Amino acid sequence: MPAVTGKPPVLEVDGLCVDFAVRRKQVRVLSDISFTVGRGETLGIIGESGCGKSMTALALLRMIPSPPGRITAGRVLLDGEDLIQVPEKRIRAIRGGEISMVFQEPMTSLNPVYTIGNQIAETIRRHKGISGAAAWKEAVDLLDMVHIPAPERRVHEYPHHLSGGMRQRVMIAMALACEPTVLLADEPTTALDVTVQAQIFDLLREIQEVHGTCIVLITHDFGAVSEMADRVLVMYAGHKVEEGTLDEISGEPRHPYTQGLLRSMPEIVDDPADIRERLPEIPGTVPDLLRGLEGCPFAPRCPSAMPKCRDRPGYTRLGDHRSVKCWLASEGTGDRVGS
Amino acid sequence: MNGTHPPPELPFREETEAPDIPWQVTARMFYANKAAVLGLIGFTVIAVVGLFGPAILQADPFDIVGAPLTGPGEPRPMGTDYLGRDVLAGMIHGTRPTLMMAVTATGFAVLIGISIGALAGFYGGRLDNLLMRITEFFQVLPPLVFAMVIVAIFGASFVIVILAIGVTTWTDLARLTRAEVLKIKEREFVMAARAIGMRNRPLIVGVLLPNALPPLVIAVTLQVGFTIIYEAALSFLGLTDPEIMTWGRMIGLSRDFFFEAWWSVTFPGLAILFTTLCIALVGDGLNDALNPRLRGR
Amino acid sequence: MTKRHLLAVDDLHVHYRLARPHLFGARPTLRAVDGVSLSVERGRTLGLVGESGCGKTTLGLAVLRLVEPTGGTVTFDGMELRSLGAEALLDVRRRMQIIFQDPYSSLNPRQNAGDIVRSPLDVQRVGSPSEREERVAELFSLVGLRPNQRNLFPHQFSGGQRQRISIARALALNPDLIVCDEPVSALDVAIQAQILNLLGELQEDLHLTFVFISHDLAVVQHICDEIAVMYLGVLVEKASRRTLFRSPRHPYTRALLSAVPARRASRRTERIRLEGDIPSPINIPPGCRFHTRCAYAQDRCRVEVPELVEKAPGHWEACHFETSPRAG
Ligand SMILES: Nc1ncnc2c1ncn2[C@@H]1O[C@H](COP(=O)(O)OP(=O)(O)OP(=O)(O)O)[C@@H](O)[C@H]1O
Ligand code: SF4
Ligand SMILES: [Mg+2]
Repeated sequence: MPAVTGKPPVLEVDGLCVDFAVRRKQVRVLSDISFTVGRGETLGIIGESGCGKSMTALALLRMIPSPPGRITAGRVLLDGEDLIQVPEKRIRAIRGGEISMVFQEPMTSLNPVYTIGNQIAETIRRHKGISGAAAWKEAVDLLDMVHIPAPERRVHEYPHHLSGGMRQRVMIAMALACEPTVLLADEPTTALDVTVQAQIFDLLREIQEVHGTCIVLITHDFGAVSEMADRVLVMYAGHKVEEGTLDEISGEPRHPYTQGLLRSMPEIVDDPADIRERLPEIPGTVPDLLRGLEGCPFAPRCPSAMPKCRDRPGYTRLGDHRSVKCWLASEGTGDRVGS
Repeated sequence: MNGTHPPPELPFREETEAPDIPWQVTARMFYANKAAVLGLIGFTVIAVVGLFGPAILQADPFDIVGAPLTGPGEPRPMGTDYLGRDVLAGMIHGTRPTLMMAVTATGFAVLIGISIGALAGFYGGRLDNLLMRITEFFQVLPPLVFAMVIVAIFGASFVIVILAIGVTTWTDLARLTRAEVLKIKEREFVMAARAIGMRNRPLIVGVLLPNALPPLVIAVTLQVGFTIIYEAALSFLGLTDPEIMTWGRMIGLSRDFFFEAWWSVTFPGLAILFTTLCIALVGDGLNDALNPRLRGR
Repeated sequence: MTKRHLLAVDDLHVHYRLARPHLFGARPTLRAVDGVSLSVERGRTLGLVGESGCGKTTLGLAVLRLVEPTGGTVTFDGMELRSLGAEALLDVRRRMQIIFQDPYSSLNPRQNAGDIVRSPLDVQRVGSPSEREERVAELFSLVGLRPNQRNLFPHQFSGGQRQRISIARALALNPDLIVCDEPVSALDVAIQAQILNLLGELQEDLHLTFVFISHDLAVVQHICDEIAVMYLGVLVEKASRRTLFRSPRHPYTRALLSAVPARRASRRTERIRLEGDIPSPINIPPGCRFHTRCAYAQDRCRVEVPELVEKAPGHWEACHFETSPRAG
C-alpha cells in the first residue's frame, strides 16, 4: 500500500458549499467539504445515493446545473489554481484536460452515431490541436493502452457494438486522452459484473502506476473503495462525516454512520456458519434536505444520539487527514475546528 | 467530453402524508389548471348554444333571408352567404350536428383504433402482423375516396357520414396505441400483474391503456378538430346529408366566395378553431390531473 | 423429487427466437436457459448467482410460467406446471409470486400503494371488499409501511419503501414460493440490510420458500441455504452455502469469488482474473461453454460438454477436471 501522507497535494478542496434553490428555498446539498488528493493517490468518496458524492465531483469542475444550483463558498485548488475563480474558458480546458471524468453508464456518455475512434480522436484534437491523422493514431494507441483487443479494428466500431466492460474501457481511454492529472471516476463499475469490475480496477491501478494520476473514486460500494482507495471520505446528507486512511476507516471507524454502514454490509467469509444471522441495520432513511437539518444530520438515525446532538458538531481532527464530525469523537482527544 | 451526465440524485422527497381521496385530488388538480378550466367553460358555452340556441333563434338556416353576400350589419350580425342565407342562423343551428358528428365519429375512430392497436401490441406475432396489414390497407386508401365510396353505396345520411369518417380515420390512433402498448408491455409491473393471475382483458384495459393515456389523449383531441374539418371536405364534395347544416358544410359550401364574403367562411372557421382549442385544453388538463406523478405540485 | 421439495425444475430450456437480422437471414435462436435442473426444499432458500445476461431472470420467470419454457418440466408441489390449463395455472399463481429487481418499474405508476397491494386480492376475488382492506392494512404493517401511506403513489416513495410495497403485494395471497429477482440490487447498502432482514423474518414467520436471484455473492452467502452458479444458460456448480464458500470447485465460481473486492486483506488469497466478457447466448461456444475464459481449458473442453455431476456428497460441478486446490 502506498504511503499515506507526505505527498504534495495536487487537488485541494477547501470548505466547498453548494446550495440548490428548490421551491423558493435554499437547500444546502454540500456543506463544508474539504479534502486533498496527492500525486498517484486514490481517494474514495463513499455514501448512499443522494448524499452528495456526484455533486462533489460536478462542483469541482463547475458543472452543477445552475440555476438551481450554486457554489456558495469554498476553493478548489488544482496545482494552486482556484477552479472556482478561473474564467469560463479556462475551466472548459480543464474539463477533459487536467481533470477527466468517467461515469457510471458509458452508453449515455458515448455518442451512438459516431465510431469510438471518431469520438476519441475528436477529444484529442480539441484539447491538443493536432492533425486528424495524428489524433487517430493516438486513439488507436489509447485503446491499446486500455487493453482493448485488436484496437485497429475496434476504432471503427460504434458504441452499441461493444459490451459494457468494453464501453467503460473506451470511456477510460477518452478520459486519458489528454493525460489528466486527476481522474474523477463516478461509480465507474456499478453497471458492470464483478469479473469485469475487477478488470477495470486492474486497469485503473496500472494507469495510475504509469502516469501518477490521482484518482477520486466515487462509489456506494465499500468493496470498490477497499480495492482501490488509499484514503476514504464518508459522506452523509451533504456532509463529510468522516475521513481517514482505508485501514482507519475499515478497521476503526469513529462515526456512528460509518460504523453502521460497515456493519450492515454482508461480507463474504471463507467458512460461513450454517445459521443466517440478522444484519445490523441502520434504521430509517436519509433525511429530506428540504425539511432543513438542524444539529447533526445523522442524529435521527443514530443509536448513540444525545441531547448535545441537536447542535451541529464540528470536525474533530484526530490526525493528519483524519477527522470525524461527531460529538462522540470530540469528547476524547483531538481539537475542534470549524463548524 | 461529449456526453451528458445524469443529474445527481438529491435527497428531496415529496412525501405528503395526508391520505387523499383520489377523485378529489383529480378534480382539485383540474381546477388548479386555469387553461383547462377556461377550456371547460368555453366548451360548456358551445354545448349550451348547441342545446338551446335553435329553440331561441328559430330561423331555418336554409331559408334565403336577404340579398346574397351582404356583410355583417344591423339585421344580420354575421351577414349572409352566397345564396342569401343567414350565417348566424347557420352557426347556431350547425352547432349541435357539428358537435354530435365530431364526438361520435371520433369516438368511433377511437374505439376501432385503440382496440386494434392494443390487440396488435399486446398479442404480437401473427395477430399483430394481420392487424397491422389491415391498418396499412386503410392507411394507403385515400380517405376521401374511400368515404365517397361508402356514402355512394349507403347514401348520404348523417349516420353513414359519421361511420364513414370513423372508419377512415382510426389508423393513426391504432399505430400510436400499438407503439405505446409495446413499450409499456416490457415494464415489470405488467409482468407483476400477470404474476398475480390477472387475465388478459383486465390487463389491457386496467393496466396497459391507463399508462398509455397521455399521448392518446393528445391524439384524440387533435382528432376531434380533424374530424370537423374532414366533414367540411365531404360537404364540399356534396357527400353529406343535405338536410343538415354543420359548420364544416358552411365552410365547404362558401369556400369559393372567401374573397367576396370573408364572413361566410371566417365565422364557422373561428367556431371550429375555438371548439378544437377548448377540447384540447380540457384534454390536456384531464391528462395532467389523471397523472399521479404531477399531483401535489 | 421428494415430499420435502416444493419446487423441482428438470432440464428446463427457454429459447427465444429473435427477429431476422435482415430480410433473407435465418431467425437466430437465443438460448437464455439451456438445460437447468434444480430443486428447492420447503422453507429454504435457493440462491441463483451469475453474471448479467446468464439467464437468471429468464429462469425465474419460466418457473412461474411467466415466459413459456421451450423444453423440460417444472414441478410445483407435485403438479407439473407445463401440463396445466389456463384456469389451473391461474390457481397455482396464487401460490407462487415474484419480486422484481427494479423497484421503479415493478409498480404501476397509476395505482396508489394500497391498491397495488390489494390488486392480487381483487384479481383473485379473495374475501369481501372490507376484508381486503383489512388485509392491506395487515400487509402494510407486516412489511413496515405506515397505514397513512396507503394512498400515496409509487413515485412518492424511496427505493427501499417501494421494494416493501412489492413484497407486500407478493405476500398478499399467502404464497408458498417467492422468486426474488435481485430484490436488493438497486438499493443502498443501509437499505439493503433492512430489506434482507425483512425477507429473512418473513420467511421464518410465514414458512416461505425462496428462489433468490442475485449477482452479489455476499448477499447470496448471507441469505441462501443452497447456491447454484449459473453461466450462459446452464448451472456450473451447485452446493450448500457452507460447502460452496468453503471449497468452491468450478473455475468460474472461484473466479467470481476472487473478483469480489475483499474488505479484509486476509481474503485476498487466490486471484483469478477472467479475460474478456461472457460470450453471446446466440452463439454459445461448443464443448464447455466456459472454455473461452477458463485458465484450465484443454482440447477436450472445446469439444466435449461437461455434465453437472455430484463430485462430492451434495456438491455438483460441471467440469472435466479437478481444478480446485481446496476441493476435497
Ligand atoms: N423477451 C426476450 N426476447 C429475447 N431475448 C431475451 C428476452 N428476455 C431476455 N432475453 C435474453 O436472454 C438472456 C438472458 O436474460 P436474463 O434477463 O434472464 O439474464 P439475467 O441473468 O437475469 O441478467 P441480469 O443480471 O442482467 O438481470 C439475455 O441475453 C437476454 O438478452
Ligand atoms: S471443463 Fe474445461 S473449460 Fe470447462 S471449466 Fe472445466 S477446465 Fe474449464
Ligand atoms: Mg435479471
